[in-house]
Amino acid sequence: MHKTRKRLHWLDWLILAVLAGFVFVIWYRISGTLNYKWQWERIPNYILRWDEEDGRWVANLLLQGLITTIRISIYASILALILGTILGIARCAENLAIRMLARTYLEFLRNIPPVVVVFIFFFFLSEQFITALNIEGWARGIARQENNGVWEFFFGDMRLFPSMISGTIVLALFESAFVGEIVRAGIQSIPRGQREAARSIGMTWLDEMRFIILPQAMRKVLPPLSNQFISLIKDSSIISLISVQELTYKTVELVASTRMIFEAWLTTAAFYFILCFGLSLLFRRLEREGRA
Amino acid sequence: MSDDAPIIELRNVSKFFGPFQALAGINLSVVAGERVVVCGPSGSGKSTMIRCINRLEEHDQGSITVDGISLGEDTKDIRAVRQEVGMVFQQFNLFPHLTVLENLTIGPIRVRKMEKARAESLARNYLERVHIPEQAGKYPAQLSGGQQQRVAIARSLCMEPRILLFDEPTSALDPEMINEVLDVMVELAGTGMTMIVVTHEMGFARKVADRMVFMEAGRIVEVAPPSVFFTNPESDRARMFLDQILEH
Ligand SMILES: Nc1ncnc2c1ncn2[C@@H]1O[C@H](COP(=O)(O)OP(=O)(O)OP(=O)(O)O)[C@@H](O)[C@H]1O
Ligand SMILES: [Mg+2]
Repeated sequence: MHKTRKRLHWLDWLILAVLAGFVFVIWYRISGTLNYKWQWERIPNYILRWDEEDGRWVANLLLQGLITTIRISIYASILALILGTILGIARCAENLAIRMLARTYLEFLRNIPPVVVVFIFFFFLSEQFITALNIEGWARGIARQENNGVWEFFFGDMRLFPSMISGTIVLALFESAFVGEIVRAGIQSIPRGQREAARSIGMTWLDEMRFIILPQAMRKVLPPLSNQFISLIKDSSIISLISVQELTYKTVELVASTRMIFEAWLTTAAFYFILCFGLSLLFRRLEREGRA
Repeated sequence: MSDDAPIIELRNVSKFFGPFQALAGINLSVVAGERVVVCGPSGSGKSTMIRCINRLEEHDQGSITVDGISLGEDTKDIRAVRQEVGMVFQQFNLFPHLTVLENLTIGPIRVRKMEKARAESLARNYLERVHIPEQAGKYPAQLSGGQQQRVAIARSLCMEPRILLFDEPTSALDPEMINEVLDVMVELAGTGMTMIVVTHEMGFARKVADRMVFMEAGRIVEVAPPSVFFTNPESDRARMFLDQILEH
Protein backbone atom coordinates (compact mmCIF):
# COMPACT_ATOMS: atom_id res chain seq x y z
CA MET A 1 0.00 0.00 0.00
CA HIS A 2 1.06 3.57 -0.70
CA LYS A 3 2.12 5.28 2.48
CA THR A 4 1.51 9.00 2.94
CA ARG A 5 4.81 10.71 3.71
CA LYS A 6 4.88 12.64 6.96
CA ARG A 7 8.19 14.45 6.37
CA LEU A 8 8.84 17.26 3.90
CA HIS A 9 10.92 16.51 0.84
CA TRP A 10 13.18 19.12 -0.86
CA LEU A 11 10.51 19.55 -3.54
CA ASP A 12 7.94 20.39 -0.86
CA TRP A 13 10.30 23.04 0.49
CA LEU A 14 10.64 24.51 -2.99
CA ILE A 15 6.87 24.71 -3.38
CA LEU A 16 6.52 26.35 0.02
CA ALA A 17 9.27 28.85 -0.84
CA VAL A 18 7.60 29.82 -4.10
CA LEU A 19 4.29 30.31 -2.27
CA ALA A 20 5.96 32.42 0.40
CA GLY A 21 7.54 34.58 -2.29
CA PHE A 22 4.17 35.01 -3.92
CA VAL A 23 2.55 36.13 -0.68
CA PHE A 24 5.40 38.55 -0.09
CA VAL A 25 4.98 40.15 -3.53
CA ILE A 26 1.28 40.68 -2.96
CA TRP A 27 1.95 42.09 0.49
CA TYR A 28 4.57 44.43 -0.97
CA ARG A 29 2.21 45.63 -3.68
CA ILE A 30 -0.56 46.32 -1.19
CA SER A 31 1.53 48.26 1.27
CA GLY A 32 3.98 49.79 -1.21
CA THR A 33 2.27 50.50 -4.50
CA LEU A 34 -1.26 50.92 -3.19
CA ASN A 35 0.06 52.77 -0.21
CA TYR A 36 -2.27 50.80 2.02
CA LYS A 37 -2.14 51.49 5.71
CA TRP A 38 -2.81 48.42 7.80
CA GLN A 39 -4.90 49.15 10.86
CA TRP A 40 -5.31 45.75 12.49
CA GLU A 41 -5.46 47.41 15.90
CA ARG A 42 -8.87 48.85 15.12
CA ILE A 43 -10.48 45.50 14.32
CA PRO A 44 -11.09 44.18 17.88
CA ASN A 45 -13.19 47.24 18.57
CA TYR A 46 -15.54 46.22 15.78
CA ILE A 47 -15.98 42.84 17.37
CA LEU A 48 -16.52 43.82 20.98
CA ARG A 49 -16.98 47.44 21.95
CA TRP A 50 -16.86 48.99 25.42
CA ASP A 51 -20.06 50.92 25.94
CA GLU A 52 -19.24 54.01 28.04
CA GLU A 53 -22.86 54.83 28.90
CA ASP A 54 -23.90 51.37 30.08
CA GLY A 55 -20.45 50.46 31.31
CA ARG A 56 -20.35 47.01 29.67
CA TRP A 57 -19.02 45.20 26.65
CA VAL A 58 -21.40 45.06 23.68
CA ALA A 59 -21.18 43.22 20.39
CA ASN A 60 -20.17 45.49 17.55
CA LEU A 61 -20.75 45.08 13.80
CA LEU A 62 -18.70 41.97 13.14
CA LEU A 63 -19.86 40.01 16.17
CA GLN A 64 -23.47 41.08 15.61
CA GLY A 65 -23.17 39.76 12.09
CA LEU A 66 -21.59 36.52 13.25
CA ILE A 67 -24.35 35.93 15.78
CA THR A 68 -27.02 36.57 13.17
CA THR A 69 -25.25 34.20 10.78
CA ILE A 70 -25.23 31.50 13.46
CA ARG A 71 -28.90 32.06 14.33
CA ILE A 72 -30.00 31.98 10.71
CA SER A 73 -27.88 28.92 10.00
CA ILE A 74 -29.46 27.01 12.86
CA TYR A 75 -33.04 27.90 11.94
CA ALA A 76 -32.49 27.41 8.24
CA SER A 77 -30.87 24.02 8.90
CA ILE A 78 -33.86 22.84 10.88
CA LEU A 79 -36.28 24.11 8.26
CA ALA A 80 -34.19 22.70 5.41
CA LEU A 81 -34.07 19.32 7.13
CA ILE A 82 -37.85 19.24 7.45
CA LEU A 83 -38.48 20.43 3.88
CA GLY A 84 -35.68 18.27 2.53
CA THR A 85 -37.07 15.16 4.20
CA ILE A 86 -40.46 15.83 2.65
CA LEU A 87 -38.81 16.39 -0.72
CA GLY A 88 -36.72 13.25 -0.40
CA ILE A 89 -39.82 11.21 0.38
CA ALA A 90 -41.63 12.85 -2.53
CA ARG A 91 -38.77 11.87 -4.85
CA CYS A 92 -39.38 8.22 -3.95
CA ALA A 93 -43.18 8.43 -4.12
CA GLU A 94 -45.18 5.96 -6.14
CA ASN A 95 -47.32 8.79 -7.49
CA LEU A 96 -45.76 10.13 -10.68
CA ALA A 97 -47.10 13.70 -10.30
CA ILE A 98 -45.54 14.05 -6.85
CA ARG A 99 -42.25 12.64 -8.09
CA MET A 100 -42.21 15.04 -11.03
CA LEU A 101 -42.93 18.07 -8.87
CA ALA A 102 -40.09 17.24 -6.53
CA ARG A 103 -37.79 16.59 -9.48
CA THR A 104 -38.71 19.90 -11.10
CA TYR A 105 -37.93 21.77 -7.91
CA LEU A 106 -34.53 20.14 -7.70
CA GLU A 107 -33.62 20.77 -11.33
CA PHE A 108 -34.76 24.37 -11.03
CA LEU A 109 -32.38 24.93 -8.14
CA ARG A 110 -29.55 22.98 -9.70
CA ASN A 111 -29.54 24.89 -12.96
CA ILE A 112 -30.08 28.45 -11.85
CA PRO A 113 -27.32 30.45 -10.13
CA PRO A 114 -27.84 30.65 -6.37
CA VAL A 115 -27.96 34.44 -6.37
CA VAL A 116 -30.79 34.45 -8.90
CA VAL A 117 -32.63 31.79 -6.93
CA VAL A 118 -32.29 33.84 -3.79
CA PHE A 119 -33.74 36.93 -5.44
CA ILE A 120 -36.62 34.94 -6.90
CA PHE A 121 -37.48 33.31 -3.61
CA PHE A 122 -37.18 36.61 -1.85
CA PHE A 123 -39.42 38.68 -4.10
CA PHE A 124 -41.92 35.98 -5.04
CA LEU A 125 -42.28 34.10 -1.78
CA SER A 126 -40.75 35.58 1.30
CA GLU A 127 -41.85 39.15 0.87
CA GLN A 128 -45.42 38.20 -0.06
CA PHE A 129 -45.58 35.88 2.89
CA ILE A 130 -44.24 38.49 5.32
CA THR A 131 -46.68 41.13 4.07
CA ALA A 132 -49.64 38.78 3.99
CA LEU A 133 -49.17 37.71 7.59
CA ASN A 134 -48.33 41.24 8.71
CA ILE A 135 -45.21 39.94 10.39
CA GLU A 136 -43.67 43.40 10.14
CA GLY A 137 -46.28 45.00 12.40
CA TRP A 138 -46.28 42.11 14.78
CA ALA A 139 -42.49 42.18 15.20
CA ARG A 140 -42.48 45.93 15.72
CA GLY A 141 -45.05 45.45 18.45
CA ILE A 142 -42.76 43.04 20.24
CA ALA A 143 -39.75 45.31 19.73
CA ARG A 144 -41.62 48.06 21.59
CA GLN A 145 -42.50 45.83 24.55
CA GLU A 146 -40.46 45.94 27.74
CA ASN A 147 -39.96 42.23 28.44
CA ASN A 148 -38.88 40.89 25.09
CA GLY A 149 -35.71 39.24 26.36
CA VAL A 150 -36.67 35.75 25.19
CA TRP A 151 -37.54 37.00 21.72
CA GLU A 152 -34.29 38.94 21.50
CA PHE A 153 -32.32 35.92 22.63
CA PHE A 154 -33.71 33.77 19.83
CA PHE A 155 -34.11 36.33 17.07
CA GLY A 156 -31.91 39.30 17.95
CA ASP A 157 -33.20 42.81 17.33
CA MET A 158 -36.91 42.33 16.75
CA ARG A 159 -37.05 45.26 14.34
CA LEU A 160 -34.92 43.16 12.00
CA PHE A 161 -37.11 40.08 12.53
CA PRO A 162 -38.96 40.23 9.18
CA SER A 163 -35.74 40.44 7.21
CA MET A 164 -34.17 37.69 9.27
CA ILE A 165 -37.16 35.40 8.80
CA SER A 166 -37.24 35.91 5.06
CA GLY A 167 -33.51 35.26 4.94
CA THR A 168 -34.01 32.03 6.86
CA ILE A 169 -36.84 30.91 4.61
CA VAL A 170 -34.94 31.72 1.43
CA LEU A 171 -31.86 29.90 2.62
CA ALA A 172 -33.88 26.89 3.78
CA LEU A 173 -35.79 26.68 0.49
CA PHE A 174 -32.50 26.82 -1.35
CA GLU A 175 -30.74 24.15 0.70
CA SER A 176 -33.77 21.88 1.01
CA ALA A 177 -33.36 20.73 -2.59
CA PHE A 178 -29.90 19.37 -1.82
CA VAL A 179 -30.95 17.94 1.53
CA GLY A 180 -33.79 16.28 -0.39
CA GLU A 181 -31.33 14.59 -2.75
CA ILE A 182 -29.34 13.28 0.18
CA VAL A 183 -32.47 11.98 1.91
CA ARG A 184 -33.63 10.35 -1.31
CA ALA A 185 -30.30 8.51 -1.65
CA GLY A 186 -30.66 7.36 1.94
CA ILE A 187 -34.19 6.09 1.46
CA GLN A 188 -33.24 4.25 -1.71
CA SER A 189 -30.30 2.59 0.00
CA ILE A 190 -32.64 0.74 2.39
CA PRO A 191 -33.29 -2.78 1.06
CA ARG A 192 -36.77 -3.51 -0.24
CA GLY A 193 -37.20 -6.27 2.32
CA GLN A 194 -37.44 -3.67 5.09
CA ARG A 195 -40.50 -2.13 3.51
CA GLU A 196 -42.01 -5.49 2.84
CA ALA A 197 -41.48 -6.59 6.43
CA ALA A 198 -43.06 -3.36 7.71
CA ARG A 199 -45.99 -3.76 5.35
CA SER A 200 -46.49 -7.40 6.13
CA ILE A 201 -47.16 -6.58 9.78
CA GLY A 202 -49.81 -4.14 8.63
CA MET A 203 -48.00 -0.84 9.17
CA THR A 204 -49.37 2.26 7.49
CA TRP A 205 -47.22 4.05 4.98
CA LEU A 206 -46.56 6.82 7.48
CA ASP A 207 -45.49 4.45 10.28
CA GLU A 208 -43.31 2.54 7.87
CA MET A 209 -41.53 5.81 7.00
CA ARG A 210 -41.32 7.07 10.54
CA PHE A 211 -40.20 3.96 12.36
CA ILE A 212 -38.50 1.79 9.76
CA ILE A 213 -37.23 3.64 6.70
CA LEU A 214 -36.28 7.15 7.83
CA PRO A 215 -34.41 6.16 11.01
CA GLN A 216 -32.19 3.84 8.99
CA ALA A 217 -31.88 6.20 6.03
CA MET A 218 -30.97 9.21 8.16
CA ARG A 219 -28.31 7.29 10.01
CA LYS A 220 -26.74 6.33 6.70
CA VAL A 221 -26.65 9.85 5.30
CA LEU A 222 -25.46 11.65 8.41
CA PRO A 223 -22.01 12.43 6.93
CA PRO A 224 -23.28 14.06 3.69
CA LEU A 225 -26.01 15.81 5.68
CA SER A 226 -23.51 17.40 8.01
CA ASN A 227 -21.46 18.52 5.01
CA GLN A 228 -24.58 20.09 3.59
CA PHE A 229 -25.11 22.04 6.78
CA ILE A 230 -21.60 23.39 6.56
CA SER A 231 -22.35 24.43 2.97
CA LEU A 232 -25.46 26.13 4.28
CA ILE A 233 -23.39 28.30 6.60
CA LYS A 234 -21.20 29.35 3.70
CA ASP A 235 -24.18 29.90 1.41
CA SER A 236 -25.78 32.10 4.05
CA SER A 237 -23.50 34.93 2.89
CA ILE A 238 -25.62 35.15 -0.27
CA ILE A 239 -28.61 36.45 1.66
CA SER A 240 -26.66 39.60 2.46
CA LEU A 241 -27.89 40.57 -1.03
CA ILE A 242 -31.43 40.77 0.27
CA SER A 243 -30.27 42.96 3.16
CA VAL A 244 -30.26 40.38 5.89
CA GLN A 245 -27.82 41.78 8.41
CA GLU A 246 -25.57 38.78 8.79
CA LEU A 247 -21.80 38.61 8.82
CA THR A 248 -21.16 39.41 5.17
CA TYR A 249 -23.62 42.29 5.15
CA LYS A 250 -22.06 43.76 8.29
CA THR A 251 -18.61 43.44 6.80
CA VAL A 252 -19.69 45.37 3.71
CA GLU A 253 -21.02 48.04 6.05
CA LEU A 254 -17.80 48.13 8.02
CA VAL A 255 -15.67 48.41 4.90
CA ALA A 256 -17.85 51.20 3.54
CA SER A 257 -17.47 53.29 6.67
CA THR A 258 -13.85 52.57 7.59
CA ARG A 259 -12.10 51.60 4.31
CA MET A 260 -10.36 48.74 6.13
CA ILE A 261 -10.91 46.46 3.16
CA PHE A 262 -8.30 43.83 3.85
CA GLU A 263 -8.55 43.67 7.64
CA ALA A 264 -12.32 43.44 7.68
CA TRP A 265 -12.58 40.78 4.99
CA LEU A 266 -9.75 38.70 6.41
CA THR A 267 -11.39 38.79 9.83
CA THR A 268 -14.71 37.76 8.37
CA ALA A 269 -13.03 34.99 6.43
CA ALA A 270 -11.45 33.80 9.66
CA PHE A 271 -14.86 33.79 11.36
CA TYR A 272 -16.41 31.69 8.63
CA PHE A 273 -13.43 29.39 8.58
CA ILE A 274 -13.42 28.79 12.30
CA LEU A 275 -17.17 28.18 12.31
CA CYS A 276 -17.18 25.76 9.38
CA PHE A 277 -13.92 24.00 10.07
CA GLY A 278 -14.78 23.67 13.75
CA LEU A 279 -18.09 22.09 12.86
CA SER A 280 -16.55 19.71 10.38
CA LEU A 281 -14.05 18.56 13.02
CA LEU A 282 -16.91 18.12 15.45
CA PHE A 283 -18.99 16.13 12.96
CA ARG A 284 -16.05 13.95 12.05
CA ARG A 285 -15.48 13.20 15.70
CA LEU A 286 -19.15 12.44 16.39
CA GLU A 287 -19.17 10.18 13.38
CA ARG A 288 -16.17 8.25 14.63
CA GLU A 289 -17.73 7.89 18.06
CA GLY A 290 -21.04 6.87 16.55
CA ARG A 291 -19.33 4.09 14.66
CA ALA A 292 -17.38 2.82 17.66
CA MET B 1 -68.72 -19.05 8.63
CA SER B 2 -68.66 -22.83 8.69
CA ASP B 3 -65.52 -24.68 9.64
CA ASP B 4 -64.59 -25.84 6.20
CA ALA B 5 -65.21 -22.55 4.43
CA PRO B 6 -61.78 -21.61 3.08
CA ILE B 7 -59.83 -18.99 5.01
CA ILE B 8 -57.80 -18.30 1.86
CA GLU B 9 -59.24 -18.58 -1.58
CA LEU B 10 -57.46 -17.80 -4.86
CA ARG B 11 -59.67 -17.95 -7.93
CA ASN B 12 -58.18 -17.89 -11.36
CA VAL B 13 -55.38 -15.56 -10.26
CA SER B 14 -52.96 -14.24 -12.87
CA LYS B 15 -50.02 -11.93 -12.47
CA PHE B 16 -47.83 -10.26 -15.05
CA PHE B 17 -44.46 -8.59 -14.72
CA GLY B 18 -44.55 -6.49 -17.86
CA PRO B 19 -45.11 -8.96 -20.69
CA PHE B 20 -43.97 -11.91 -18.57
CA GLN B 21 -46.73 -13.97 -16.97
CA ALA B 22 -45.59 -15.11 -13.53
CA LEU B 23 -48.92 -16.63 -12.45
CA ALA B 24 -51.37 -18.18 -14.92
CA GLY B 25 -54.81 -18.93 -13.53
CA ILE B 26 -54.04 -20.10 -10.01
CA ASN B 27 -56.88 -21.77 -8.08
CA LEU B 28 -56.23 -22.66 -4.46
CA SER B 29 -58.37 -22.90 -1.34
CA VAL B 30 -56.96 -23.33 2.12
CA VAL B 31 -59.14 -24.01 5.16
CA ALA B 32 -58.36 -22.78 8.65
CA GLY B 33 -55.73 -24.85 10.39
CA GLU B 34 -54.50 -26.42 7.19
CA ARG B 35 -50.78 -26.72 6.44
CA VAL B 36 -49.90 -26.41 2.79
CA VAL B 37 -46.37 -26.88 1.47
CA VAL B 38 -45.61 -25.36 -1.92
CA CYS B 39 -42.73 -26.60 -4.02
CA GLY B 40 -41.56 -26.39 -7.59
CA PRO B 41 -38.58 -25.35 -9.68
CA SER B 42 -37.00 -21.91 -9.41
CA GLY B 43 -38.99 -19.22 -11.19
CA SER B 44 -42.22 -21.20 -11.12
CA GLY B 45 -44.06 -18.44 -9.23
CA LYS B 46 -44.11 -19.83 -5.69
CA SER B 47 -42.99 -16.59 -4.07
CA THR B 48 -45.20 -14.51 -6.31
CA MET B 49 -48.23 -16.58 -5.34
CA ILE B 50 -47.82 -16.30 -1.59
CA ARG B 51 -46.81 -12.65 -1.87
CA CYS B 52 -50.14 -11.99 -3.58
CA ILE B 53 -51.92 -13.37 -0.52
CA ASN B 54 -50.79 -10.44 1.64
CA ARG B 55 -50.61 -8.13 -1.34
CA LEU B 56 -46.90 -7.55 -1.40
CA GLU B 57 -47.64 -8.18 -5.08
CA GLU B 58 -50.83 -7.06 -6.77
CA HIS B 59 -52.56 -9.70 -8.86
CA ASP B 60 -53.83 -8.63 -12.27
CA GLN B 61 -56.70 -11.04 -12.83
CA GLY B 62 -58.94 -13.26 -10.73
CA SER B 63 -59.83 -12.80 -7.07
CA ILE B 64 -58.16 -13.42 -3.75
CA THR B 65 -60.20 -13.65 -0.56
CA VAL B 66 -58.53 -13.87 2.82
CA ASP B 67 -60.59 -14.39 5.97
CA GLY B 68 -63.65 -13.09 4.18
CA ILE B 69 -61.95 -9.96 2.85
CA SER B 70 -61.52 -9.59 -0.88
CA LEU B 71 -58.16 -8.07 -1.82
CA GLY B 72 -58.46 -5.00 -4.03
CA GLU B 73 -57.39 -1.39 -4.05
CA ASP B 74 -58.87 -0.58 -0.64
CA THR B 75 -55.91 0.11 1.65
CA LYS B 76 -57.98 -0.49 4.79
CA ASP B 77 -58.83 -3.97 3.58
CA ILE B 78 -55.23 -4.64 2.67
CA ARG B 79 -54.05 -3.63 6.11
CA ALA B 80 -56.76 -5.69 7.76
CA VAL B 81 -55.61 -8.74 5.80
CA ARG B 82 -51.95 -8.07 6.60
CA GLN B 83 -52.74 -8.05 10.30
CA GLU B 84 -54.21 -11.53 9.94
CA VAL B 85 -51.45 -12.85 7.71
CA GLY B 86 -47.89 -13.05 9.01
CA MET B 87 -44.99 -13.49 6.62
CA VAL B 88 -41.55 -14.97 7.16
CA PHE B 89 -38.97 -14.10 4.50
CA GLN B 90 -35.97 -15.93 3.18
CA GLN B 91 -33.73 -13.00 4.15
CA PHE B 92 -35.35 -12.55 7.60
CA ASN B 93 -35.81 -8.79 7.01
CA LEU B 94 -35.46 -7.91 10.67
CA PHE B 95 -35.24 -4.20 11.45
CA PRO B 96 -31.51 -3.71 12.07
CA HIS B 97 -31.86 -0.45 13.99
CA LEU B 98 -34.16 -1.98 16.59
CA THR B 99 -33.39 -4.52 19.32
CA VAL B 100 -34.94 -7.95 19.15
CA LEU B 101 -37.58 -6.91 21.66
CA GLU B 102 -38.36 -3.73 19.71
CA ASN B 103 -38.58 -5.73 16.51
CA LEU B 104 -41.27 -7.79 18.14
CA THR B 105 -43.20 -5.01 19.86
CA ILE B 106 -43.30 -2.43 17.08
CA GLY B 107 -46.15 -4.21 15.30
CA PRO B 108 -48.38 -4.68 18.35
CA ILE B 109 -47.68 -1.12 19.54
CA ARG B 110 -48.00 0.75 16.24
CA VAL B 111 -50.51 -1.39 14.42
CA ARG B 112 -52.56 -3.00 17.17
CA LYS B 113 -52.21 0.06 19.43
CA MET B 114 -51.23 -2.12 22.35
CA GLU B 115 -49.66 -0.67 25.49
CA LYS B 116 -45.90 -1.00 25.63
CA ALA B 117 -45.82 -3.14 28.77
CA ARG B 118 -48.38 -5.58 27.41
CA ALA B 119 -46.60 -5.75 24.05
CA GLU B 120 -43.34 -6.53 25.81
CA SER B 121 -44.74 -9.35 27.85
CA LEU B 122 -46.35 -10.71 24.70
CA ALA B 123 -43.01 -10.45 22.90
CA ARG B 124 -41.11 -12.21 25.68
CA ASN B 125 -43.72 -14.91 25.61
CA TYR B 126 -43.13 -15.53 21.90
CA LEU B 127 -39.35 -15.33 22.26
CA GLU B 128 -39.76 -18.16 24.74
CA ARG B 129 -41.77 -20.06 22.15
CA VAL B 130 -38.93 -19.80 19.62
CA HIS B 131 -36.38 -20.72 22.33
CA ILE B 132 -34.36 -17.50 22.51
CA PRO B 133 -35.74 -15.54 25.49
CA GLU B 134 -32.21 -14.46 26.47
CA GLN B 135 -31.61 -12.50 23.24
CA ALA B 136 -34.27 -9.82 23.80
CA GLY B 137 -31.83 -6.94 24.29
CA LYS B 138 -29.53 -7.69 21.35
CA TYR B 139 -29.56 -6.24 17.87
CA PRO B 140 -30.28 -8.54 14.90
CA ALA B 141 -26.72 -8.26 13.60
CA GLN B 142 -25.47 -9.84 16.83
CA LEU B 143 -27.46 -13.04 16.24
CA SER B 144 -26.78 -16.10 14.12
CA GLY B 145 -28.88 -16.68 11.02
CA GLY B 146 -30.96 -19.34 12.71
CA GLN B 147 -31.65 -17.07 15.67
CA GLN B 148 -32.54 -14.19 13.36
CA GLN B 149 -35.05 -16.30 11.50
CA ARG B 150 -36.61 -17.42 14.77
CA VAL B 151 -36.88 -13.78 15.83
CA ALA B 152 -38.58 -13.10 12.49
CA ILE B 153 -41.06 -15.89 13.19
CA ALA B 154 -41.70 -14.48 16.66
CA ARG B 155 -42.20 -11.04 15.15
CA SER B 156 -44.93 -12.42 12.93
CA LEU B 157 -46.50 -14.31 15.84
CA CYS B 158 -46.65 -11.15 17.96
CA MET B 159 -49.30 -9.83 15.60
CA GLU B 160 -51.29 -12.93 16.54
CA PRO B 161 -52.14 -13.72 12.94
CA ARG B 162 -54.50 -16.48 11.84
CA ILE B 163 -52.30 -17.37 8.89
CA LEU B 164 -48.54 -17.58 8.45
CA LEU B 165 -46.78 -17.51 5.10
CA PHE B 166 -43.21 -18.75 4.80
CA ASP B 167 -41.08 -18.03 1.73
CA GLU B 168 -38.15 -20.44 1.80
CA PRO B 169 -37.43 -19.68 5.46
CA THR B 170 -34.38 -21.92 5.63
CA SER B 171 -32.76 -21.29 2.25
CA ALA B 172 -30.45 -18.54 3.49
CA LEU B 173 -29.28 -20.54 6.50
CA ASP B 174 -26.14 -22.55 7.11
CA PRO B 175 -27.00 -26.27 7.19
CA GLU B 176 -26.43 -26.62 10.93
CA MET B 177 -29.05 -23.95 11.67
CA ILE B 178 -31.80 -25.26 9.44
CA ASN B 179 -33.15 -27.68 12.00
CA GLU B 180 -33.54 -25.18 14.82
CA VAL B 181 -35.84 -23.17 12.55
CA LEU B 182 -37.71 -26.19 11.21
CA ASP B 183 -38.28 -27.42 14.78
CA VAL B 184 -39.97 -24.14 15.65
CA MET B 185 -42.13 -24.43 12.54
CA VAL B 186 -43.14 -27.99 13.40
CA GLU B 187 -44.14 -26.83 16.87
CA LEU B 188 -46.16 -24.05 15.30
CA ALA B 189 -47.92 -26.50 13.06
CA GLY B 190 -48.93 -28.36 16.19
CA THR B 191 -50.79 -25.31 17.50
CA GLY B 192 -53.29 -25.36 14.66
CA MET B 193 -51.94 -22.30 12.84
CA THR B 194 -52.88 -22.07 9.18
CA MET B 195 -49.59 -22.24 7.28
CA ILE B 196 -48.49 -21.95 3.69
CA VAL B 197 -44.85 -22.85 3.40
CA VAL B 198 -42.70 -22.55 0.31
CA THR B 199 -39.77 -24.85 0.93
CA HIS B 200 -37.57 -27.54 -0.50
CA GLU B 201 -37.22 -29.23 2.89
CA MET B 202 -39.04 -32.41 2.03
CA GLY B 203 -38.54 -33.97 5.44
CA PHE B 204 -40.43 -31.08 6.96
CA ALA B 205 -43.10 -31.35 4.29
CA ARG B 206 -43.66 -35.04 5.00
CA LYS B 207 -43.95 -34.35 8.69
CA VAL B 208 -46.40 -31.43 8.73
CA ALA B 209 -48.06 -30.94 5.36
CA ASP B 210 -51.74 -31.69 4.92
CA ARG B 211 -51.35 -31.01 1.23
CA MET B 212 -48.50 -30.59 -1.20
CA VAL B 213 -48.83 -28.04 -3.98
CA PHE B 214 -46.49 -28.42 -6.93
CA MET B 215 -46.02 -25.43 -9.22
CA GLU B 216 -44.42 -25.00 -12.56
CA ALA B 217 -44.31 -22.05 -14.97
CA GLY B 218 -46.92 -20.04 -13.07
CA ARG B 219 -49.41 -22.90 -12.76
CA ILE B 220 -50.36 -25.34 -10.05
CA VAL B 221 -49.57 -28.65 -11.69
CA GLU B 222 -50.43 -31.00 -8.88
CA VAL B 223 -52.10 -30.94 -5.47
CA ALA B 224 -51.88 -34.09 -3.34
CA PRO B 225 -51.45 -35.28 0.23
CA PRO B 226 -47.78 -35.90 0.98
CA SER B 227 -48.24 -39.64 1.22
CA VAL B 228 -49.32 -39.69 -2.42
CA PHE B 229 -47.13 -36.88 -3.66
CA PHE B 230 -43.86 -38.36 -2.46
CA THR B 231 -44.51 -41.96 -3.41
CA ASN B 232 -46.64 -41.72 -6.48
CA PRO B 233 -46.94 -38.28 -8.04
CA GLU B 234 -49.39 -37.99 -10.88
CA SER B 235 -47.48 -35.65 -13.17
CA ASP B 236 -44.18 -36.40 -14.82
CA ARG B 237 -43.00 -32.91 -14.00
CA ALA B 238 -43.46 -33.47 -10.28
CA ARG B 239 -41.78 -36.85 -10.54
CA MET B 240 -38.75 -35.30 -12.26
CA PHE B 241 -38.61 -32.51 -9.74
CA LEU B 242 -38.71 -34.94 -6.83
CA ASP B 243 -36.05 -37.13 -8.38
CA GLN B 244 -33.84 -34.10 -8.68
CA ILE B 245 -34.14 -32.79 -5.16
CA LEU B 246 -34.35 -36.14 -3.38
CA GLU B 247 -31.24 -37.41 -5.14
CA HIS B 248 -28.97 -35.52 -2.77
N1 LIG C 1 -40.46 -7.88 -9.47
C1 LIG C 1 -40.34 -8.67 -10.56
N2 LIG C 1 -40.15 -8.13 -11.77
C2 LIG C 1 -40.03 -8.92 -12.86
N3 LIG C 1 -40.08 -10.25 -12.85
C3 LIG C 1 -40.27 -10.84 -11.66
C4 LIG C 1 -40.40 -10.09 -10.46
N4 LIG C 1 -40.56 -10.96 -9.43
C5 LIG C 1 -40.54 -12.18 -9.98
N5 LIG C 1 -40.36 -12.13 -11.29
C6 LIG C 1 -40.31 -13.27 -12.21
O1 LIG C 1 -41.46 -14.05 -11.99
C7 LIG C 1 -41.13 -15.42 -12.03
C8 LIG C 1 -41.60 -16.10 -10.78
O2 LIG C 1 -40.84 -15.62 -9.72
P1 LIG C 1 -40.95 -16.17 -8.24
O3 LIG C 1 -40.01 -15.40 -7.41
O4 LIG C 1 -42.36 -16.21 -7.84
O5 LIG C 1 -40.42 -17.66 -8.42
P2 LIG C 1 -40.13 -18.73 -7.32
O6 LIG C 1 -40.91 -19.91 -7.68
O7 LIG C 1 -40.32 -18.15 -5.97
O8 LIG C 1 -38.60 -19.04 -7.56
P3 LIG C 1 -37.42 -19.28 -6.52
O9 LIG C 1 -37.47 -20.70 -6.15
O10 LIG C 1 -36.19 -18.96 -7.33
O11 LIG C 1 -37.62 -18.35 -5.39
C9 LIG C 1 -39.64 -15.51 -12.24
O12 LIG C 1 -39.37 -15.80 -13.59
C10 LIG C 1 -39.13 -14.15 -11.91
O13 LIG C 1 -38.04 -13.81 -12.73
MG1 LIG D 1 -39.04 -17.56 -4.39
